[in-house]
Amino acid sequence: MIIVRRQHRVLIQGITGKQGTFWTERMQEYGTNVVGGVNPKKAGTTHCGVPVYASAVEAMKETSFDVSVLFIPPLGVKDAALDAIEAGARNICILTEYIPVQDVMYIMAAQGAETDITGPNTAGSVTVGEGFMGFMPAFNERIFNHGTVGVISRSGSLGTLMCQNIVSAGFGQSAFLGIGGDPIIGTTTREALEALDNDEGTEAVVIVGEIGGAMEEEAAEYAAGMDKPVIAFIAGGAAPVGKKMGHAGAIVVGNRGTYESKQKALQAAGVTVLATPSDVGGALKERLGS
Amino acid sequence: MNFEEHAAKPLLKAAGITVPESRLARTADETAEAARDLGAVVVKAQAPAGKRGKAGGIKTADSPEEAKAAAEKILRLEIAGHAVEKVLVEERSDIKREFYAAVLNDPATKGPLVMFSTEGGMDIEDVAEKTPGAIQQAKVDIRQGFGPQDAQEMLEGLDLGGARDGIADVLVKLYDAYRANDAELLEINPLVVTASGAVVALDCKFVIDDSAIKRHRELAATGTPDKLTELEARGEEAGIKYIELDGDVGVLANGAGLTMTTMDVIRHHGGRPANFCEIGGEAYTKAKPALEMVLDKPGIKSLVVNFCGAFARCEVMMDGLLNAWDEISPDLPVFFSVAGTGDEEAIKMLKDRLGADPLSDMDAACKAAVDAAQEEAKGGNGG
Repeated sequence: MIIVRRQHRVLIQGITGKQGTFWTERMQEYGTNVVGGVNPKKAGTTHCGVPVYASAVEAMKETSFDVSVLFIPPLGVKDAALDAIEAGARNICILTEYIPVQDVMYIMAAQGAETDITGPNTAGSVTVGEGFMGFMPAFNERIFNHGTVGVISRSGSLGTLMCQNIVSAGFGQSAFLGIGGDPIIGTTTREALEALDNDEGTEAVVIVGEIGGAMEEEAAEYAAGMDKPVIAFIAGGAAPVGKKMGHAGAIVVGNRGTYESKQKALQAAGVTVLATPSDVGGALKERLGS
Repeated sequence: MNFEEHAAKPLLKAAGITVPESRLARTADETAEAARDLGAVVVKAQAPAGKRGKAGGIKTADSPEEAKAAAEKILRLEIAGHAVEKVLVEERSDIKREFYAAVLNDPATKGPLVMFSTEGGMDIEDVAEKTPGAIQQAKVDIRQGFGPQDAQEMLEGLDLGGARDGIADVLVKLYDAYRANDAELLEINPLVVTASGAVVALDCKFVIDDSAIKRHRELAATGTPDKLTELEARGEEAGIKYIELDGDVGVLANGAGLTMTTMDVIRHHGGRPANFCEIGGEAYTKAKPALEMVLDKPGIKSLVVNFCGAFARCEVMMDGLLNAWDEISPDLPVFFSVAGTGDEEAIKMLKDRLGADPLSDMDAACKAAVDAAQEEAKGGNGG
């Protein structure tokens, strides 16, 4: 997983659509280094002040890029992602929700060693003061302020709330890494945690998890060996068993993926588990000693 | 979405896997008629849930009269909350051995997983617990697929009698059917070898990936949609995720994570959420129908509105909500928490049009709503 920096060159696949346009403008205003876009029907034109290419492969030939952000409808994501993989993108950020799972598995199988996939169904990521990808309110200073707390979240909305609580408690973020709410995603909680552990600007990590799957348990194994303090909130403790709670990944089957299992694993690893997101400020003060 | 056996088996047949001759019947008389044509049969309740045998939903019959009597009993059953309205009348097989075969989407390996077990006819969860060694698993590279060679490797060393090639052939065809139909799970349990040596699929479970339904419209029409309450069905119709719960504090929020957390925090403060309702993602323009649904839940005593804009913009959600509020003029206490993209505009709108301010954070909003609901409940009890 890469943490987006000012020097990273970013491609936007689906740049000419309504959401693609709106969020590309926000990314540019914030400082993200957008170098081009893709729309096969509008190749050769300029959109949001950058050239539009027929494919990611073409874009790589004309102007190199590191990261591609996909604003693409569900049934078009497989082809767009394979294009970006073929082009040699280092990271592909897939925002789209409701992509057929077998398409997602195909993308994961094709990704190769050089390419990281973030998402699907992620709100993107923010490196405070440097750039953001996707649709996070990076530009809202009550939510993002420069600091040393790294945030990992499966959910965009809840991640946003957590970031606001961090700022209102007098802290700020180094980076926000959205990883996505689908059952099959590229970068996992554990991999994102490792990236923040290795990031010099990060002194503490807040994990915003959810019921379902085993990612929080896997992250706990890594957290056990970390020096930086880790704090976590797991959403869905009050959710009924067997129901998908909005995110396709948030479902408890039998006793797998339960709140209790995640809470237990995290606490055993020395992670502070919050009862509510509003407690994050107090926990940061305690763990960072401000 | 789940498929009942009679809707799932045609997928196997189309892939070239042998299934017994069968007829679908809706009445006891139709069952008797089918049995006259088929001879010795099994009468099987059609329901989108397992454990039909334990529920008394599967009976053998040697004559049309017996088949009729079996259907009369089965058609009165309710299995896992589903009233049985149809039975599958199926030619009886002379079973020599029973196996298990399935292909499914595996989050752990991020790819397809082919499973086979010599312990057929039992719940695979039970087999996994008691004799995990009896389950063979093959991870598949979805770009390469699963061919005869892969199937033979998977079955290596197992005592399958003369059925090895027949079973390998079924596994390959099962994988192809899984791919062609965007299955989340395609399972044959039991897969049997008959006295004559034929490999036959006696049952089939098929769950389609809900995100792939948009490219399988015709097939999806033969599936069994989840059993929804009236309000949940309205939500589905309107493209809003709504799940009805048993509490009295209404929840309207954006994004799955935030909505789940709103419910958690209500619980944390001693209250009970009345619903899960989220208008995040593409649904963020649907605050109006969402509010109507939340308010139509009987027994709702207070409401938390929790907006935290990222992709979903607060001012758009607030505008929709306030339009609906003006129209419905609901008479119940409501508490707001507003943050994120478009929050300033949304907060101003709330002040101008409803004369209200958001609370300091979502905990405060949830706690206030829980207190208000409890106050209301006390007042109600006291007359």
